Amino acid sequence: MHISSSIGIWIAAFLTLFVYSFLYKDNPFYKFAEHLVIGLAGGYYIVTVWFQIIYPKLLVPLFQQGNLILIFPLILGLFMWARYIPQYSWISRWAIAFYLGVSCGLSIPSVMQAMIIKQIQATMLPVGFHSYIGWMNLFIIFGVLTSLVYFYFSAEHKGFLGVSAKIGIWFIMIGFGATFGYTVMSRISLLIGRIQFLLTDWLGILH
Amino acid sequence: MNIYEKMMSIDRRILFLLIALSVIIPLLKPLLLPVYVTKEVRNLYGFIDNLNPGDVAFLSLDYDPSTMAECHPMALGILRHCFRKGIKVIVTSLARPEGLGTAEMALTQASQEYQKKNGEDYVFLGYKPVPGAVLLAMGENFRLAFPNDFYGTSIDSIPMMEGLKNYEDIKIVVTVSGSAVIDSWVIYAGGRYGVPIGAGVTAVMATDYYKYLQSGQLVGLLGGLKGAAEYEKLIQYPDMATKGMDGQNMAHLLIVFFIIIGNIGYFLGKKAKASKGIGG
Repeated sequence: MHISSSIGIWIAAFLTLFVYSFLYKDNPFYKFAEHLVIGLAGGYYIVTVWFQIIYPKLLVPLFQQGNLILIFPLILGLFMWARYIPQYSWISRWAIAFYLGVSCGLSIPSVMQAMIIKQIQATMLPVGFHSYIGWMNLFIIFGVLTSLVYFYFSAEHKGFLGVSAKIGIWFIMIGFGATFGYTVMSRISLLIGRIQFLLTDWLGILH
Repeated sequence: MNIYEKMMSIDRRILFLLIALSVIIPLLKPLLLPVYVTKEVRNLYGFIDNLNPGDVAFLSLDYDPSTMAECHPMALGILRHCFRKGIKVIVTSLARPEGLGTAEMALTQASQEYQKKNGEDYVFLGYKPVPGAVLLAMGENFRLAFPNDFYGTSIDSIPMMEGLKNYEDIKIVVTVSGSAVIDSWVIYAGGRYGVPIGAGVTAVMATDYYKYLQSGQLVGLLGGLKGAAEYEKLIQYPDMATKGMDGQNMAHLLIVFFIIIGNIGYFLGKKAKASKGIGG
């Protein structure tokens, strides 16, 4: 056992314990840790954005290297701050409109290709009754079609449509179940990470 | 209060304590339960393992401290694998500015373990906002998005970057992600420029990304701490993820046990109430 002598590790260890104290009940230690993390994250974000983005990638190229094209993002960025002046808040919409327009232009064709066409292609599978893969492909197609039927709301879900939708909801529920299982795993992993930190870095029990 | 009602109303703090013990005890006394390697992890490992020394991989460490427990072991595993094979690595962190610290931490640790040098064996480009635009710019030229590396050195004066222009000079992009940046990688770098993409994601995100495996848009996928442990097994470097898996298994077994107990209590309690009702 080799307890850490680092003040940073001790602070992190106590903040970890403060956060987990919420599991017993809400208390001032938890509140302190909660407020601290929000303040720290905000401060870290501002400092990083200034030193990693605004200063080296905007101010230096614009004012020291004479890259005048950067005047446009600077002006659009300043427009965003107009939101805080009620009579001029409309100016911020120009910057938002520009951002949305560029984002849509860049993303719509690529998103269509990668997230819709590719996924449809992935459902166009060879079906066969003499192989395991053939059956599994049929199962995938069946699952996709019945799940889609569940989201068809222009006709009442009864008869053939109703049966298909009911089968579809089973597929969807199995998907949700898998997601829930993974979510539990994720949360336990976070706990493991913190306990490893306490036992290794702080208390020095594990190596 | 009958036994069924007691089963349904165990104080949640007792459950929390038991979950904590189920994680702490296996960490102190490891059970060494086996870790089975899944196809999606083996595929990513195999892809990287088949690269030649001197090839360049792009590793985007798109996670921050909130998802470090799951993503950091993945990042270390992939970096160790690349460095051991002599593969050069370009690293970015595109999810959030907070990820810069964790990315640099992983890079520093792995590079020190294998005596790799900044600028010769790896380059850390840092963070830039709006991932979609950054990925498209890098598709034309890395210098458009990152004229300088994280430490302020001009890319053109970094030896490793000589002759590296865009994704065409990269063998694979691996994104270790605790955010939706992985979608941008698949859509822009993979979809538009055709670079192979591998991914490591938090467990809570994993099911959302299996669809990319089936469609061939991902070459492999690491899901959560389990994925990291599988990768550690493949590179024969057991570390934090492997050590954590015993606790993970025990906690899952305990949760399954609680779910069974809760359901038995619920259904038997309901039955008991119904039979009382009939009797009265």
